[in-house]
Amino acid sequence: MTDAAVLSIRNASKTFGQRRALDGVSLDVAKGEMIALIGPSGSGKSTLLRSISALQTIDPGPGEIVAFDGHVQKDGKIDPNVRRTRTRIGMIFQQFNLVGRLSLFTNVALGSLGRIGFWRAALGLWPAETRQAAMAALHRFGLSEYAGQRANTLSGGQQQRAAIGRALVQKAKIILADEPVASLDPVAARRVMEILRELNQADGLTVIVTLHQVDYALRYCERVVALKAGQIVYDGPSGGLKRDKLIDIYGPEFEDVFWEGAPT
Amino acid sequence: MSLPAAATAVPPPPQKTFMQRLPDLLVWGGVIALLLIAFGPAEISKLPLLFARSENMQTFAREFAHPDWTDLKLYVGQMWLTIQIALWGTALAILLAVPLSLLASRNMTSAYAQWPIRRVLDVIRSAPDLVIGTVFIVAVGPGPFAGVMALAVNTSGVLAKLFSEAVESIDRGPVEGVRATGASKLHEIIWGVIPQVAPLWTSYALYRFESNSRSATVLGLIGAGGIGQLLFDSLNGFAYARTAAIVVVIILAVTLIDMLSQAIRSRLL
Repeated sequence: MTDAAVLSIRNASKTFGQRRALDGVSLDVAKGEMIALIGPSGSGKSTLLRSISALQTIDPGPGEIVAFDGHVQKDGKIDPNVRRTRTRIGMIFQQFNLVGRLSLFTNVALGSLGRIGFWRAALGLWPAETRQAAMAALHRFGLSEYAGQRANTLSGGQQQRAAIGRALVQKAKIILADEPVASLDPVAARRVMEILRELNQADGLTVIVTLHQVDYALRYCERVVALKAGQIVYDGPSGGLKRDKLIDIYGPEFEDVFWEGAPT
Repeated sequence: MSLPAAATAVPPPPQKTFMQRLPDLLVWGGVIALLLIAFGPAEISKLPLLFARSENMQTFAREFAHPDWTDLKLYVGQMWLTIQIALWGTALAILLAVPLSLLASRNMTSAYAQWPIRRVLDVIRSAPDLVIGTVFIVAVGPGPFAGVMALAVNTSGVLAKLFSEAVESIDRGPVEGVRATGASKLHEIIWGVIPQVAPLWTSYALYRFESNSRSATVLGLIGAGGIGQLLFDSLNGFAYARTAAIVVVIILAVTLIDMLSQAIRSRLL
């Protein structure tokens, strides 16, 4: 792992029954990069992101995932100190994964669970610092007026922005976004992608985002990693992803993965 | 609209063969045979006595129609005691059921932890509260506390089972969302699981409080205090007028609790 690298995946494989979701994936991510992870359904994009935040294990063997200066997992086992690493990695999900019956404020404040005292966290006695950070995050994404509302009363775009707010309160240095716009309409989707780009460029966060829409990957990310059947088949600048490469990844119907028109 | 098939003859409706009907016949035949066998031992032949000894029934009914309200204050006091027994029995049961249910849920713990806890819960549930009540009367002496403990033990088994079913049907997305922030397992439960099951848990707990208010009345019969004991004593002393007043108090109180808890429950879900 070089000095600038914040994340290093070595030889990660994951098998679900007969299917190989990840097949010897190695990837280095430098601080401040914005990477799009693309590939057809079932190519292993989500599996890779979920493995990085240790929401699932990779297969036992030589595979390992290192974030910052500590292991996330190695040899099929999640590192016992993973919680400390997790606090620095924010995860954004396709289905937002907010707790629907809690207020938007509480949901965003949950971002501080990993760094505040056990009893304060258990009883919801948020320290002043958490409360300020939560309101600042909601205000930044235009959600402060909904702070007291239950999360499940808000639209998909609003919930996804709140989920990003939770990652900000977490003070995450890496944001992993797993299909963050797949459940959103195009307007809300663009807003979420612009927020991710802003976090990358203005706040200097490292962002890895899996996308089903290749045009979004090309527009918002300078580096694209393409997975196919669990293997990396392209890793380079988004400009280098030409028509024949896309046909190679997605097959002849590759235009289907563009929302707003495919390149010719 | 004419489909090609309409031109041919209309096929007959489906018919079951004898072999297909056989299971039904066996089940119904078996039920009827069991009822015939049980006719004698259950003394169903005494059914006409309900009407034959009408003078007995008449005195009973006459006194019942004129409840004796002289000790109303005592009855209400004992009813309130019964409700308090149910209240504490249910509260202790909830305290026990919360950790037990989480440990027994498939999506929370490993199979090694679940299996023994589930078996213990099965045993607790299968013991009727009257039986547990007699055990506690031996242990702590007759009185309300024995009733409280009987309800607590039996209800904790039932609630733990219902609570864990609620936990097993949660959406694991929000739990992963909380986990991804670096939260500990306990914080995942407090913030990811409990908010999801809270309405269902409250509803189950209220429902059990309702049925515990009824059970606490019956527990009085074995000496666990409250209005049930009063009812049993006055019935044994052939004081039908007093009994009638007690029954009215019980029915009113239980109906009131039912209505109240149903109103709260319908608001929760």
